Amino acid sequence: MADTSQVDERIKDISPLRRALIRPELGGIVGTVAVFTLFLLFAFDSGMFNSQGVMNWSTVSAQFMIIAVGACLLMIAGEFDLSVGSMIGFAGMMIAVFGVVLAWPMWMAIIITFVICVALGALNGWIVVRTGLPSFIVTLAFLFILRGFTIYIPQTIENKTIIGGIRDAAEGDWLAWLFGGKIGQPLFQWLGEAGVIAVFERGSRAGEPVVDGIPMLIVWAIALVIFGHILLTRTRFGNWVFAAGGDADAARNSGVPVSRVKILMFMFTAFCATVLAVCQVMEFGSAGADRGLLKEFEAIIAVVIGGALLTGGYGSVIGAALGALIFGVVQQGLFFAGVESSLFRVFLGVILLFAVILNTYIRRIITGER
Amino acid sequence: MAEPIIRMKNIEKHFGSVIALAGVSVDVHAGECHCLLGDNGAGKSTFIKTMSGVHKPTKGEIIFEGKPLDFADPRDAIAAGIATVHQHLAMIPLMSVSRNFFMGNEPIKKRFGMSFFDHEYANDVTMREMKQMGINLRGPDQAVGTLSGGERQTVAIARAVHFGAKVLILDEPTSALGVRQTANVLATVDKVRKQGIAVVFITHNVRHAMAVGDRFTVLNRGKTFGTASKGEITPEELQDMMAGGQELAVLEGSLGGTV
Repeated sequence: MADTSQVDERIKDISPLRRALIRPELGGIVGTVAVFTLFLLFAFDSGMFNSQGVMNWSTVSAQFMIIAVGACLLMIAGEFDLSVGSMIGFAGMMIAVFGVVLAWPMWMAIIITFVICVALGALNGWIVVRTGLPSFIVTLAFLFILRGFTIYIPQTIENKTIIGGIRDAAEGDWLAWLFGGKIGQPLFQWLGEAGVIAVFERGSRAGEPVVDGIPMLIVWAIALVIFGHILLTRTRFGNWVFAAGGDADAARNSGVPVSRVKILMFMFTAFCATVLAVCQVMEFGSAGADRGLLKEFEAIIAVVIGGALLTGGYGSVIGAALGALIFGVVQQGLFFAGVESSLFRVFLGVILLFAVILNTYIRRIITGER
Repeated sequence: MAEPIIRMKNIEKHFGSVIALAGVSVDVHAGECHCLLGDNGAGKSTFIKTMSGVHKPTKGEIIFEGKPLDFADPRDAIAAGIATVHQHLAMIPLMSVSRNFFMGNEPIKKRFGMSFFDHEYANDVTMREMKQMGINLRGPDQAVGTLSGGERQTVAIARAVHFGAKVLILDEPTSALGVRQTANVLATVDKVRKQGIAVVFITHNVRHAMAVGDRFTVLNRGKTFGTASKGEITPEELQDMMAGGQELAVLEGSLGGTV
């Protein structure tokens, strides 16, 4: 046989460009740069890049980011969760029922809600793993079941679909602060005094900075992205997530507990949805039966823009986070630029299609398929 | 000769009313390549599944390193050092070679009291093992999908050896490969054997068997015609035994002796 210890003449040097192309985050990075360039050029004077504007699109992006992290890890593990949006509505309603209607302490309402929602995520995962049905169908069922309960419960006990009074009930609660509070007030106060950011000119809050702190929502988003990224790329469990989504049978043959990995990822997705739900009800002070509508698709789109394959086994949390950022910046940017907001949906559809085509092409490069 | 590392004595396996194996005895020594030949349906797969703990024999006993063994499931067999490399490899094309190599056996390093995947160690080991097997990777992060079928077989074999296989069962490793790739895999088998590992090589290709085999056992309709050592038997005789002689001789005649 030929001496293969020499350098194989058929291993071509690949260009740095091609090497960069197989990084899953590439699409997200290019998209982010493009989006920021565009809005800096055309909407710089619209107020989008002053302190209030930045806080505005950062908050919206953070909302997308929180659910995108869960959806991303789940998609890499080879499954979808279409019940994320309904879960957001359901979790918010649970908080309101426990904390306002039943008047439990807010910390207890939050903890019980987390337990219920993560258990529902586990149930989702358990059904998918046990029946072998596509997660698309199983979680579609939960999309309707949870949304149904979210409307039914407040209608039955309160005769309305929005339950308010959460802000009062959460006043001074330590756990509620973790979701609805803000950090860094002294810093922003100082920035306001130093003239870096604008301060209120008149009124009862005269002299206070217009942005008075970073909402915990953003802190959660960043923390979840960092956690998800490290979990996926730097741990043994992360390797199992890739393996479970890449080829479940091959992974099982190598001793990877595929079922456990998938169920845990369903639970994590439910956890992320609940985090967003709690942050939302703390911010709005109310829970509505229509909260979280279509969020599952927005999460999936952010993940796909971030370079993950719909078929599983490949993707990046950082990419998904960038996808969410693109999402938030464009949605709010179009508003600042005075463009008709319905065009945002057109943009979404176009970029989704573009991202999926790009990902398919990249997959061919990685696996050497022709 | 020393005591064989694994001895299968009069193994019988019945599936309901079907007798898949009717008393097969094979022993394998450390450092030899024992070829198990047979046509489709001869019982090769059933036999190796019995050896690797997937099936329990209906009758007969398995003696591994001098002790009778009773595997409850394949994990026991793997833990004891009997590894199987299947036709359909346990490899994931989208993942890198090093992530595949350590799948299910990820090396761990501790940082701040938490466990992390030790990528440096995994990459070093993967590159070293691949080089030993004669595969030049672009880097440990190269995806398995870019490797050829033969290279994937070699990665799977290297992985089994690295994780302590004493008996390596190769299920038709060359059946879907081209000439050059087959040569590479056979060279890998040779290297593994020289490391003192017992190789059980399943094939229905006599030429591949002759290239690396030390001893040959032919299975036919759940029975064995005994074991022959290298030099005691010609390829033609092996071919005849596999096919059951007669009919193939007639066929071969009509094909001009090319089978």
